[in-house]
Amino acid sequence: MSPRQRLRGWIAAPVVALLGGILLWGLSGAPAFGEFHGAYGDLLNRIAVPQRHTTNVVTAIVFDYRGFDTMGEEFILFASVVGVVLLLRDIREPAGGQDDPVASDAIRLFGILMVGVILVFGLWLAAFGLVTPGGGFQGGVAVAGGIVLVFLVAGYRPWRTFGRETLLDPFEGLGAASYVALGLAALIAGAPFLHNLLGPGTTGTLLSGGSMSLLNWAVAVEVAAANLVLYTEFLESYLVPHLRTS
Amino acid sequence: MTILVYAVVAWVFAIGIYGAIISRNLIHLALCLTVTQSSTYILLLALGYKHGARAPIFKDVKLGTAAVDPVVQSLTLTDVVVSVTVIALVLALALDVHRQSGSIDPDDINTLNG
Repeated sequence: MSPRQRLRGWIAAPVVALLGGILLWGLSGAPAFGEFHGAYGDLLNRIAVPQRHTTNVVTAIVFDYRGFDTMGEEFILFASVVGVVLLLRDIREPAGGQDDPVASDAIRLFGILMVGVILVFGLWLAAFGLVTPGGGFQGGVAVAGGIVLVFLVAGYRPWRTFGRETLLDPFEGLGAASYVALGLAALIAGAPFLHNLLGPGTTGTLLSGGSMSLLNWAVAVEVAAANLVLYTEFLESYLVPHLRTS
Repeated sequence: MTILVYAVVAWVFAIGIYGAIISRNLIHLALCLTVTQSSTYILLLALGYKHGARAPIFKDVKLGTAAVDPVVQSLTLTDVVVSVTVIALVLALALDVHRQSGSIDPDDINTLNG
């Protein structure tokens, strides 16, 4: 340990002791493991399916009971992506070189096949988010991961087809804006903000949830685009450093 | 069993904080923050767990079947999203620091070069 680190340890010690004390105090008051009975959770487990016709109660909470909070959450993501873009994006030429880090054809073939598999998996996660485990957030991340795989197995130039700001920025804006637009549409119709205008639909099918499934897709688009913008920014600042230092 | 899960929470929280204190590398620091935040996922999910209960998904399951708390699960989802945004911003700041000062060791960059 360097003297600098030891000094930092001494400065941090009282804060850590205080935080640790609060943490232990809080944990000592926590319910015994497996014995927690939260009033809201138990209630929602009983009423969500009859009320909202969605069999995934967690998604019903995210897009309906706590739908307004999720809008804030979506804009936290949006704001942080804007922050990253402001920090990293500046005038630069797309790099032409730096291609083909994958040597083996077998890896490339398998990887390209996996791109399709992961994309379908992501879309399935998002589409059935109201029925089975999944949802727009999870599906959006999986879709973004599938597209990033293009860079890993095929190199920079094929990736550039998707990893372009001019392509991704509109999708990100669209995802964030359509969530708000769906909320405002309910207001215009004379109902509370984010009210489910389309009715609850048929329980246990893709058609369950009504407006909730639209919100779900808005989030999926926003999350996938936001993740791809982040990957693009970091990738560009890694691949184009010589253009950026001046 | 009761103690174990909360001990894991405290331990994950503690090693994250410890790593952040002794960190000599901003990327390492960002990962330590993520580790610290991961303890809150464990805490939330552990709080909502009930013995013998299933996931709060009622596809082909009779309504009224015991299920774990869905509220803490949706809070965990929010938590994960916030964690992603935080690490993205911190890493972007680390890149910017590296571009400005040529170093990602926090001890090297707290002197102002004018």
